[in-house]
Amino acid sequence: MRTVVKVKGLTKTYGNVNAIQDVSFSIESNKIYGLLGRNGAGKTTLMHLITAQQFASSGDIQVFGEHPYENNRVLSQCCFIKESQKYPDNYRINDLLEVSSFFFPNWDRDYAHTLIELFGLPLTRRIKKLSRGMLSSIGIVVGLASRAPLTMFDEPYLGLDAVARSLFYQQLIEDYGKYPRTIILSTHLIDEVSQMLEHVMVIDNGKLIIDEDADELRGSAFTVVGPATSVESFIVGRNVIDRKPFGGLLSATLMTRLSVRDQQQAATLGLEISSISLQQLIIHMTNGSLDGKVAMDQ
Amino acid sequence: MGFSIDDSRPIYMQIAERIENDIIQGQLPEESQVPSTNQFASFYLINPATAAKGVNLLVDQEILYKKRGIGMFVASGSRMKLMEKRREQFFEQYVVTMIREAEKLGITAEELTNMIRRGDKS
Repeated sequence: MRTVVKVKGLTKTYGNVNAIQDVSFSIESNKIYGLLGRNGAGKTTLMHLITAQQFASSGDIQVFGEHPYENNRVLSQCCFIKESQKYPDNYRINDLLEVSSFFFPNWDRDYAHTLIELFGLPLTRRIKKLSRGMLSSIGIVVGLASRAPLTMFDEPYLGLDAVARSLFYQQLIEDYGKYPRTIILSTHLIDEVSQMLEHVMVIDNGKLIIDEDADELRGSAFTVVGPATSVESFIVGRNVIDRKPFGGLLSATLMTRLSVRDQQQAATLGLEISSISLQQLIIHMTNGSLDGKVAMDQ
Repeated sequence: MGFSIDDSRPIYMQIAERIENDIIQGQLPEESQVPSTNQFASFYLINPATAAKGVNLLVDQEILYKKRGIGMFVASGSRMKLMEKRREQFFEQYVVTMIREAEKLGITAEELTNMIRRGDKS
């Protein structure tokens, strides 16, 4: 497996704000990554840095083995669809498709037109006359039809209804199946995309707090509920990421894989155990109660 | 199909279980072809690599086998093999849990037996 993006000790500061703090990771070829986190966590900044639209304050970025700055060998292989992407106002949709075919070496004209039809976009209408949802759909069309070896979607949903979003997911999975490539989906709609992801990266306050295979994360935490004293004795010495008292009861979420011994112990103590979803796990880990990297207990 | 992905358990395991169920219930007869990973992926809207991992889990257990250049097939004898495995799981998952809950509620063994008979008729 080839490394597509390699980032080491990356930091980006704006004045005295640390947008990205000492982040290191690698992105491997032909996987779908989820870049998740709350608004303002640093997701967009990170993608701007990868595509050389901003300069890092310190640290190193390599994309396809080279520095991306003013490097057409690298940038022609990248397609970055931004949230509220701007296009020239007087362009028509078909002009935009024409221009895209010059930008992206792997551009598939037929597929672009199929997508235009699926999303019900008017080919000859000018960009300035389009609704917010239509503009988002165009971003999706360009992103998918570019077939760029590294394709990034940053919250491509603004103004898109549930039908259009599910159309996007369906097309993404089908086209990716036929033409595997590296895709980074940045979003806070974790529930909608999580099952399509192979790898999950979570950014919180500029720090990378999770960098893990998605299926490894599923089932890596569980919640235990019961009388407070029994729960307390069950969680002694464990990695507790959330606790909620409720009358005489306590609900505690533990960052650990549930073992058979745990189940037996919980049953003996009369405690109820439930597994938590990827989205719940990420919410627990980004609600501000945690500082820095969470140790994965496996 | 009435099957949706549960986001709190590894998806590849759910795909493997789904295929196992289809084999046990006869929807996927022995020696029939299993859908491709891309078909699984677009049907359940999951990552093709995850679907492949679920299929490969069953290849490792010799429930499925690969015909080069054609695809995955259900191995002969896999239905019986899966039934055996599920029967053991049934005891652990349902019977033991049921008896424990019955004890909690003070249900006697005789009452429990009667309940099972009653449930059989309904």
